[in-house]
Amino acid sequence: MAITVVVPRPAAAAAAPGHALPAWLQAAPLAAVFVLFFLIPLALIVMVSFWDFNEYELLPGFTFKNYLSIFEGCSSNAADWCVTFKTYFSTFKFCLLVWIITLVIGFAVSYFMAFHVRSSTMQTLLFVVCTIPFWTSNVIRMISWVPLLGRNGLVNQSLQRAGLIEEPLEWLLFSDFSVVLAFVHLYTMFMIVPIFNSMMRIDRSLLEAASDCGATAWQTLWNVVVPLSRTGIIIGSIFVITIVMGDFVTIGVMGGQQIASVGKIIQVQTSYLQFPLAAANAVLLLSIVLMIIWGLTRLVDIRKEL
Amino acid sequence: MSDQSADSVVSAAAIPRRTLLKGTAGILATGIFPAVHSADPIVLRYLGTAVNQDKAIGEKFKADTGITIQYVAVTTDDVTKRAVTAPNSFDLIDTEYFSLKKIVPTGNLKGIDTKRIKNADKITSVFTTGKVGSKTIGDQGTAPKKVIFLEGEKSKVFSKTPTQFMSLIPTVYNADTLGIRPDLIKRPITSWAELLNKEFKGKASILNIPSIGIMDAAMVVEAMGIYKYPDKGNMTKKEIDLTIKTLIEAKKAGQFRSLWKDFNESVNLMASGEVVIQSMWSPAVTAVRSKGIDCVFQPLKEGYRSWAAGFGVPATLTGKKLDGAYEFINWFLDGWAGAYLNRQGYYSAVLETAKTKMEAYEWAYWMEGKPATQDIKSPQGDLLAKTGAVRDGGSYEDRMGGVACWNAVMDENIYMVKKWNEFVAA
Repeated sequence: MAITVVVPRPAAAAAAPGHALPAWLQAAPLAAVFVLFFLIPLALIVMVSFWDFNEYELLPGFTFKNYLSIFEGCSSNAADWCVTFKTYFSTFKFCLLVWIITLVIGFAVSYFMAFHVRSSTMQTLLFVVCTIPFWTSNVIRMISWVPLLGRNGLVNQSLQRAGLIEEPLEWLLFSDFSVVLAFVHLYTMFMIVPIFNSMMRIDRSLLEAASDCGATAWQTLWNVVVPLSRTGIIIGSIFVITIVMGDFVTIGVMGGQQIASVGKIIQVQTSYLQFPLAAANAVLLLSIVLMIIWGLTRLVDIRKEL
Repeated sequence: MSDQSADSVVSAAAIPRRTLLKGTAGILATGIFPAVHSADPIVLRYLGTAVNQDKAIGEKFKADTGITIQYVAVTTDDVTKRAVTAPNSFDLIDTEYFSLKKIVPTGNLKGIDTKRIKNADKITSVFTTGKVGSKTIGDQGTAPKKVIFLEGEKSKVFSKTPTQFMSLIPTVYNADTLGIRPDLIKRPITSWAELLNKEFKGKASILNIPSIGIMDAAMVVEAMGIYKYPDKGNMTKKEIDLTIKTLIEAKKAGQFRSLWKDFNESVNLMASGEVVIQSMWSPAVTAVRSKGIDCVFQPLKEGYRSWAAGFGVPATLTGKKLDGAYEFINWFLDGWAGAYLNRQGYYSAVLETAKTKMEAYEWAYWMEGKPATQDIKSPQGDLLAKTGAVRDGGSYEDRMGGVACWNAVMDENIYMVKKWNEFVAA
C-alpha cells in the first residue's frame, strides 16, 4: 500500500518536461506493470465487493449486501460493539502501540548509528546486526517464542527459580503483550532504515551551529535532528502502520488465534469462498489505510524531500 | 491485507494466461525435442493437506510404478478453495467428504468409474451404507454415504442410491475426540463437557477451523445439557447463535489458552503443557506421544466426531495422467498404504488388503482393540505403545460405531462463519 504513494511519481515527472515522447516511453514499462498487476486487480476487488455469492460461486451483480453485512448490528447497541468495530479498534490499538514503540526504539538506534558510530564499516556491521530477526522464516521465528515465553518457558522458569514469582506468568504468551512484542521485534527495522537514511543527510555543521548558539543536547535533538529526520520518520511510520494494519499471521500465532484482526477475518472469508464479503472488507481496510497515509503525507511532502 | 486478496484475484485472473504460457512452452518443447516430450514420465500433482502427504507413500509408489507424486500441501480450507477456483492446478485431490457440497456443484470433479477400481466392492461399509458390523453409525452432518455416489461421470448431483460413479474414493478416515494430558489432569475424563469445565480455565483449546470447531462445540453444548440438536451438522441460525454464545462466554471467562489451526500448533500446545485438554487429531496425539509425553485420545460417552477424506479427480484430467491417477488410487487401496495409515492410528478404506500387509499383533492392537503383545511402533520406528497397552477407544467397531456426527458444511454456512468470526473477535 505504500506503493500507492509512489505511483504518481513517474507520471508526474514525465508530464513536467513538455510531454516528451522519450519520457513517456521511459515511464511506460513501470506504468504497465502497475496497471496490470496493481490497478486492474484492485479494480477487480472493488467490483467483486459488490457481487453476490453462494457456497461455491460468485454471482455477478450489484448489491450493497456485503458492505451492509460488515456493519450489521453496529448501530443498535452502543455498549456492545459489533465485530467490525471491535476488530478495527483492536487493530488500531496494536497499530498505535507498535508505532510508538518502534518509533522510539528505531529513532534511538538510528541516532546512535548515525551520530555516535564514526566509521562506516562499523555502521554497516551494526546494520547487518539489525537484520538478524529476518534471518529465519516468519513462522519459525514466531513459534520459537513459545519455549521462551510459555507457561513452562525460559522466562517463567528463570523468574521462578530466582524466587521473583510463585506461579508462572500467563500473560507472557498468547496475549496483547506477546503480539506487541513480536511486532516490535519484527518491524523496528522498518523504522530504523528510513530514519537512519534521513539522519545521514543532516548537515553536521547544523549541529555545530546549534551547540555554538548554546543549545543543550536535548534542544538540538528536538529542534534540529527531529525536524530534519521527519521524512524518515513518516516513511517508517507508513511502513509500520500499513504492515500492522494488514497483518494476521503474527496476531494469530502470538495471540493464540484468540485476538481478532481485520486480516484474519478476510482470510477466513476467502478460505470459505466468500470472496465478495472478503473483497468488501478489503476495500474498507484499504480506504482506511489510505486515509491514514494521506494524513501522514500532509505532515511532510515526501516527493519533495526524498 | 488488501495485498492478500489482490493475490487471490491475481492468481484467478492469471490462470488462463499461465495455461496459455504453458501451452506455448509445450508447443515449443514438442517442436524442438519431440523425443524427450514423449518419453516424459508421468508426474501427478497431489493436492491435499500435509497430514496425509507422507513422503514414504510417495516414494513407495514411485518404486512400484515409476509414477512420481508431487505433493501440494495446503490447509483443509484451501484444498476446497483450490478445487473450486483453480481446478487445473492439480491432477489428484485428497479432500474431505464435507467439502464435496461445495466442489461437486461446480462440476470441477469427475465421477470416478468404480469399474476401473479393482477393490471398489471391498470398500468398507462405513462409506457405502453407513454401518459397521451390525451397528448403524450416527449420520448427523455430512456422512460420506450421503455424498459418495454421483448420478453419472459428469454429474453435479449426489445420488442417494449406489451408482457406478463415486465422487471420492475413500483414503483415510477416523473418529476424533478430545486429547488430554492425563499426567497433568490426574483424574478420569469421560465427557465432552469437560472442555468447558472451569477446572481447566486457561488450559483448554479448540480448533479454529470454523466448520470443524463448531461440531466440537456442538458436542460440548449437548454434553453440558444446554441443548439437544436435531442435527448438529446442519444447525439453524438460532442453534448457531446458541453454540457461539456458549463459546464466547467461555472465552471471555478465560477458558481457552489458545486456539489452533494447524496440526503442528496442536502438538506444540499439548507437548509444552500450555494446554491439557483440547480438540485434537489422532496423528497429533501420536506425535505428542512419540516425544515421550503422556497424551491420550480420550474416548467420551457422547461419542466421536468423525471425518473422512478421499481421492477425487479433476474433470479436465485425460489421457496418461488420468490413467496414472487411477493407477495411484488402485495402488493406494491395494494394502501397503492402508497398512501404513492403520499403523499411524488412522483407518484405511479397504481393510482386507491392509490386513495382509500388517503383522498379526499390529492388527490385533490397532483394529481389534486387544492388548499389545509386543511394543507397538510407528512406521518411522518411534515407540507408540508398550507391551500390554490397549488402544484408546478400543476396536474399529467400537470406535467407528461410536461416531455421533461427521464434519459438515451446513446450509447456514455463511452465517456460521460470520458468527465464528465473532467468537474469535470476542
